[in-house]
Amino acid sequence: MSDTKPAAEKIGLSRLQIAWRAAQDIADGSYVNLGIGMPMTIPRFLPEGREIMLHSENGLLGMGPPPAKGDEDWDLINAGTRPTTVLPGGSFFHHADSFAIVRGGHLDISVLGAFQISEKGDLANWSLGPSAARVPTVGGAMDLAAGAKQVYVLTDHCSRDGSPKIVKQCDLPLTGLACVNRIYTDLAIIDVIGEGLVVREIIEELSFADIEAQTGAALRLSDDCKALTAPEFEDA
Amino acid sequence: MIDKRVADLAAAVAGIEDGATVLVGGFGDAGVPNDLVQALVEQGAKELTLVGNGAISEVVGHGRLIAEGRVRKFIASFPKGRGSKLFEPGDASESVELEIVPQGTLAERIRAAGAGIPGFYTATAFGTPLAEGKPTMEFDGNQFVLERAIQADVALIKAKTADRWGNLAYTGTARNFNPIMAMAAKRTIAQVSEIIDPDPLDPEYIVTPGIFVERVVAVADDLREEGRQ
Repeated sequence: MSDTKPAAEKIGLSRLQIAWRAAQDIADGSYVNLGIGMPMTIPRFLPEGREIMLHSENGLLGMGPPPAKGDEDWDLINAGTRPTTVLPGGSFFHHADSFAIVRGGHLDISVLGAFQISEKGDLANWSLGPSAARVPTVGGAMDLAAGAKQVYVLTDHCSRDGSPKIVKQCDLPLTGLACVNRIYTDLAIIDVIGEGLVVREIIEELSFADIEAQTGAALRLSDDCKALTAPEFEDA
Repeated sequence: MIDKRVADLAAAVAGIEDGATVLVGGFGDAGVPNDLVQALVEQGAKELTLVGNGAISEVVGHGRLIAEGRVRKFIASFPKGRGSKLFEPGDASESVELEIVPQGTLAERIRAAGAGIPGFYTATAFGTPLAEGKPTMEFDGNQFVLERAIQADVALIKAKTADRWGNLAYTGTARNFNPIMAMAAKRTIAQVSEIIDPDPLDPEYIVTPGIFVERVVAVADDLREEGRQ
């Protein structure tokens, strides 16, 4: 091993650390829907003693961990169509009731991924636009964005090409208007307040000016901005 | 005497006409009436408007009807699963008209039809491409989109258990769209794992009351996606 630090070494939180950090903000007793990807890893990071009820939009409250191999029941699956389990206190219901839970404002938190977030909290996360070859698949994203009491977004701060994902105005097709409340990235935690973005936490390696440089929208620094830290995890 | 049992799958899907709007239940491979769909393929109805959450493959369920060229239009939230070639350029299904609907709006459009509600306003999709061209309305300072109910000719659904009155009970997340689709069609046809007789289902545990169901057929060894028995 060389003592010199490689110039391209990634700074900031890993995907599991982002999920860990978001998990710390989910209060005991919350009803929560977790989107595919990074959000799905949140349950393993919930602090001891907190009970949350996970909603799966295909008709399940009280979703548990995946079953052991051999115990799969293909009539008990999650929104990603993989086998799951139900915890004590859980319940089954049909799709209209499931989305009444979402659209009726009963869900405390929806945690979603993002392609882009605007400074007004607009979210784009379902389509890469008409140029994309794929058939558009929206699923429940628009309902979750519009309906939950709080919408948290977990995302890398910038795209792979380095362009900001937090922008003045989204140019990708929208999922919802002014729906995002809080953004957790590998570099910072940002709240959408009224029509502005407020930086709550920043990783120790970077300054507010560094965050501004990697963001495509105006930012304000919170008066009590803290260091964004998380324990180390082995990334799967 | 009320007896909604039919002898076999062919009798269950008899009379479904070309051009019908057909609701097909299920999410993933749970609660998809794969055997009724296969019977409908064999029955031959075509030019169908198919409504369902999505097709996870071409082998069974929604995707089977599409791959067989029976579908003119598909109304869905997640029209194709990963790995499926449906609707891609070069595939025979390329010309199927797609209407992409947010999943909760899809469920509510079906529920509304069953409840005699022709349309409703929802916050979902306001300001997005999926609300383009739809009337909007402001209520208490917030913006909403007008969505229309989906009236259907036929619903093909799946449940766990039935009795001769057409009452249905479900298992796990195989319930999904099935109970609301049962309410939304002129004719609802249910495949179930078991029809109990002569005792009825316990009224406390019935999810779909028999009034919504016209025919039930028992299929003990049901078709599933490979590896999902």
